[in-house]
Amino acid sequence: MTLAPNATSPISHIVTTSVDKNQPGRSAWKAVATPFQAVSRPLSITLSVLVWVAVIGGWFALTYSGAVKEMFLPRPESVLSTTIRMALDGSLWEHVLASVQVVLIGFVISSIVAVPLGLTMGTYRIVQAALDPLVNFIRYLPVTSFVPLFILWIGIGIEQRVAVIIFGIFFQQLVMIADSARGVQRDLVNAAYTLGTKRGDTVFHIVFPATLPNVLDVLRVTMGWAWTYLVVAELVAARSGLGYISLKAMRGFQVDVIFMAIAMIGILGLCTDQLFRGIRRLVAPWAN
Amino acid sequence: MDTLTLTTKPKSSDIGVDNVALRYGTGDNAVLALDGISFHVVPNEFCVIVGPSGCGKSSLLYLIAGLEERTGGMISVGGKQVTEPGPDRGMVFQAYTLFPWLTVAQNVEYGPKRKGMSTAERRAIVEHFLHEVGLAKFANHYPSQLSGGMKQRVAIARALANDPQVLLMDEPFGALDSQTRHSMQKLLLRIWDHSKKTVLFVTHDIDEAILLADRVLVMSGRPGQIKKEIRVGFSRPRSMDLVMEPNFIAMKREILELLKNDEDDEH
Repeated sequence: MTLAPNATSPISHIVTTSVDKNQPGRSAWKAVATPFQAVSRPLSITLSVLVWVAVIGGWFALTYSGAVKEMFLPRPESVLSTTIRMALDGSLWEHVLASVQVVLIGFVISSIVAVPLGLTMGTYRIVQAALDPLVNFIRYLPVTSFVPLFILWIGIGIEQRVAVIIFGIFFQQLVMIADSARGVQRDLVNAAYTLGTKRGDTVFHIVFPATLPNVLDVLRVTMGWAWTYLVVAELVAARSGLGYISLKAMRGFQVDVIFMAIAMIGILGLCTDQLFRGIRRLVAPWAN
Repeated sequence: MDTLTLTTKPKSSDIGVDNVALRYGTGDNAVLALDGISFHVVPNEFCVIVGPSGCGKSSLLYLIAGLEERTGGMISVGGKQVTEPGPDRGMVFQAYTLFPWLTVAQNVEYGPKRKGMSTAERRAIVEHFLHEVGLAKFANHYPSQLSGGMKQRVAIARALANDPQVLLMDEPFGALDSQTRHSMQKLLLRIWDHSKKTVLFVTHDIDEAILLADRVLVMSGRPGQIKKEIRVGFSRPRSMDLVMEPNFIAMKREILELLKNDEDDEH
């Protein structure tokens, strides 16, 4: 294999983006087809925009060609006009707020308990021995099957929806956080001991900061799940919220409203995801 | 010697190891990792344990640090029985153990902070020891931004900043390339000369052992036992060129021979 005169190693050859005249057909395609090879920012932005354009373009094509009836798939502009109408009359925000409130309350309550308990569980074998079998059993129970029970026990108020979210994410959070606590390098704890850390301070001084980036990732991922369970809860029993208007819209064949509700949840999810990424960069700058 | 840390004389104690044994498991599965280990390290001494991998030399260090529990014998540091880990026994590990969430300076002041020292005292200590290891400019870097050699230099500074009575070092340069290792050895000798801590250093590198030590303890494996004790009389400060001197080579040959016999015994 002969390399170009300007290439000192195969690697630098791949990284070079300029077309290599001595090696026709090896540069551009090879650069993007190499596993784990970095892609330039303009290219990655262009690609993500293209995919969006393709999806929305496909949507236009399906509706305007008449391939799919508007009763099943609304035209893009009717979803947009419905969104604008409901945003202007304020009803959209009322439902968004109702949903955000439920998700936030459920998520915060769950996280406040799951983070310290998970860290303790991952650190102390005795706590793990006690809780692990129970938690892993509950973790596999389908949340949806508990919805009727929750309605029976706590009615159809906001508490019921919050309970569904807590039940849906708490045990998952607990297991994942305990896992990351267990993964803390043992010699890190040993080093802390030789520097005067008391055994009782290990969780707070070592395990918590060491796992903080992981914990934030767990919270970010489970926040997404919280939105899923929100819709489950609202479909069954609610008088406001994005899940509720979807259900109501289905009864009236207002498919555009359903689409709007789904898109709103997607946008809200995207926002909270970015928020968590920002928090992680802010509180754990060392982990980037 | 400019800063306030040295207004008080650094502490330095002896290490007494008496008939120490370490057994893993029970019954038929029991493995005797260490057996009948006895030695004494005097204050300010630089003592090196050299032995083949798996001979239990690291475990011995963990026992002295109190990070593992011995199954027999006595260990004392400064006349006090070792029952659990404590800040009187500083340790530098083979793995990188800087706290990744703390900056270099915060890592170094971690021990003094646990002791409840004031911010001003801590700042002076950090400044002094980062200067000692030549990393004053990296005070605000995170460990992930440092090379392996730099990480171990910070680890040494962090252990010394806590003013322990003895410094335990478990193959701290084992993961470094040979050039970095040489400069680390030089640096360690210089710092030891300043601080006069009692050092117990574990390595499998015979050159390193002779170069650093006042005394080398040669260990054999399965079960780990001290095979021989060799006094290293070379004057200090020592140059890295020492490795080419006939006396050095003779000593190296003696240790190699001891470790080789050990291998033969196994077959």
